[in-house]
Amino acid sequence: MAVTTGQQLNLREAKGWRRTKNRIATVLMVVAFVLVVIPLVFVLITVVARGIKIISWQFLTADIPPTVAPADVGGIGPAIVGTIQIVGLATVMAVPLGILGAIYLNEYGGKGVVARLIGFMADVMTGVPSIVMGLFIFSIWVLRFQFSGFAGALALGCLMLPVVIRSTDEMLKLVPNPLREGSYALGATKARVTMTVVLPAAVGGIVSGALLAIARAAGETAPLLFTILTVTAVNPNPFSGPNTSIPSQIFTNATQPYPGAQARAWGAALTLIVIAFVLMIAARFITARFTRYSR
Amino acid sequence: MEPEQESVTSLQQPETAAPPQAQPAPEPEAYSTPGSTVFDAENVSCYYGSFRAVTDVSLSIYENEITAFIGPSGCGKTTVLRTLNRMNDLVAGARVEGDVRYRGASLYGKDVSPIAVRRRIGMVFQKPNPFPKSIYDNVAYGPRINGEHNKRKLDEIVEHSLRQAALWDEVKDRLKASGLGLSGGQAQRLCIARTLAVEPDVVLMDEPCSALDPIATGAIEDLMRDIKSRYTIVIVTHNMQQATRVSDRTAFFSVLRNEESDTRTGVLVEYGRTQQIFEDPHDSRTEAYVTGQVG
Repeated sequence: MAVTTGQQLNLREAKGWRRTKNRIATVLMVVAFVLVVIPLVFVLITVVARGIKIISWQFLTADIPPTVAPADVGGIGPAIVGTIQIVGLATVMAVPLGILGAIYLNEYGGKGVVARLIGFMADVMTGVPSIVMGLFIFSIWVLRFQFSGFAGALALGCLMLPVVIRSTDEMLKLVPNPLREGSYALGATKARVTMTVVLPAAVGGIVSGALLAIARAAGETAPLLFTILTVTAVNPNPFSGPNTSIPSQIFTNATQPYPGAQARAWGAALTLIVIAFVLMIAARFITARFTRYSR
Repeated sequence: MEPEQESVTSLQQPETAAPPQAQPAPEPEAYSTPGSTVFDAENVSCYYGSFRAVTDVSLSIYENEITAFIGPSGCGKTTVLRTLNRMNDLVAGARVEGDVRYRGASLYGKDVSPIAVRRRIGMVFQKPNPFPKSIYDNVAYGPRINGEHNKRKLDEIVEHSLRQAALWDEVKDRLKASGLGLSGGQAQRLCIARTLAVEPDVVLMDEPCSALDPIATGAIEDLMRDIKSRYTIVIVTHNMQQATRVSDRTAFFSVLRNEESDTRTGVLVEYGRTQQIFEDPHDSRTEAYVTGQVG
């Protein structure tokens, strides 16, 4: 378009409907953001405000008192130990299996029947309510053996498995094919390509996906109700006898009318949030560390 | 096809031994005396599923020469190139008919391992695809997968390969930096160094300069001329000037349109010395293409 000489070139955005649409969309996005943030901030403030008062070394380590006990007696030590045992066992079972499953889906299975079936089942499993998973483990494991931390770990592992498979799968899909071809062109075997090129390129995302799954599992209550019961003293053996966990403690304490129990429930809730927070930060750090070479 | 396969070169199992060292260089001007052939393709047709991408290609590629494949888009140059080191095996549904012999051995014979093939026949891709590793680890990748872990030897190989690829002086002070931080031309030379590090017999190049500016392109062409005394090079290019500048022989491919079934398939129109193809083409289609009458 020729510019007539002598005329001021107008590069400002034209007024009118286009500009109005822009304004409306911007306002809507800001409103949506605020709506999302309000409950988040509210939950965080409430939990911190009510939980911080009770947190002390004694609270984190002492045995669990009767629910009628006042707030300054006892703590949630056995629940923290139980959560670490159960979530740890679940992680050891679910994460390697999930990563291997995703590698099969992406690198080996191709579009075969088996791979599609596994992918489909993983999707279905993601949608199974956690309480159903607890019932499942209750019927196949607890009824035959007994309540134990391991039974809880099985239930949590079943919940984590599809999440790990899906997140790893997505990360492996993001690895560009030319990288694989570059490795193949040097005479690498498929196992070699997977181990030395595909996994290192995706490891940051895989680790953070796994940590997110762990954080989710650490907060699950329902599947543990049928599998571990609750105890008041530390059970050092996760493979035998009832155990307890932080979410279970929150559940049993928060449903009580006694102020001491409710205070302990808030304290346990804050502890759980802090654990999840630490895991998220760790996920960020690990992702950043492993992606050092990917820029 | 062939009754008694006389395997001059064993491709049966991936061995860790270095591929046969290239013969001492015939003088670059050894145009008039054709060397021995490296590849002999006979009636090669390539399919992707039921789609026939290339029909009936027969040609021989000579030792220590640079052979260029030129032709319009979709004429199957790249497909033919990728049949030479079995890269098309990685594409689901890809299939080759006819016979490709590499130094007397049938590449698509029954017991041939594509891994062993690719250790002898390296490939450089259209888009530079350095691994998300350090420059050093990129070059050392191939020797390492071939079982070389001696630090001193690896250092030597890395330096030698980077020197051959004319990249050493630019990166010698930052070998530990990410290979992804290099410019396009440097990254492509890194990929060439990576390919040369396994001392291949043949280097296949799939439009190696299409993503590069003229200066980087010139650097890579110089490099090709430098190394051709030790390697046999096959290059796919869209750039006819490039073919005239670097290649000894040129194969012109074109697209054959089938009006009845409305399908297109690539064919080899003419193959000969580069000078003859560009100055005295025998086929009218070649003439139209090299003189720029049709794109």
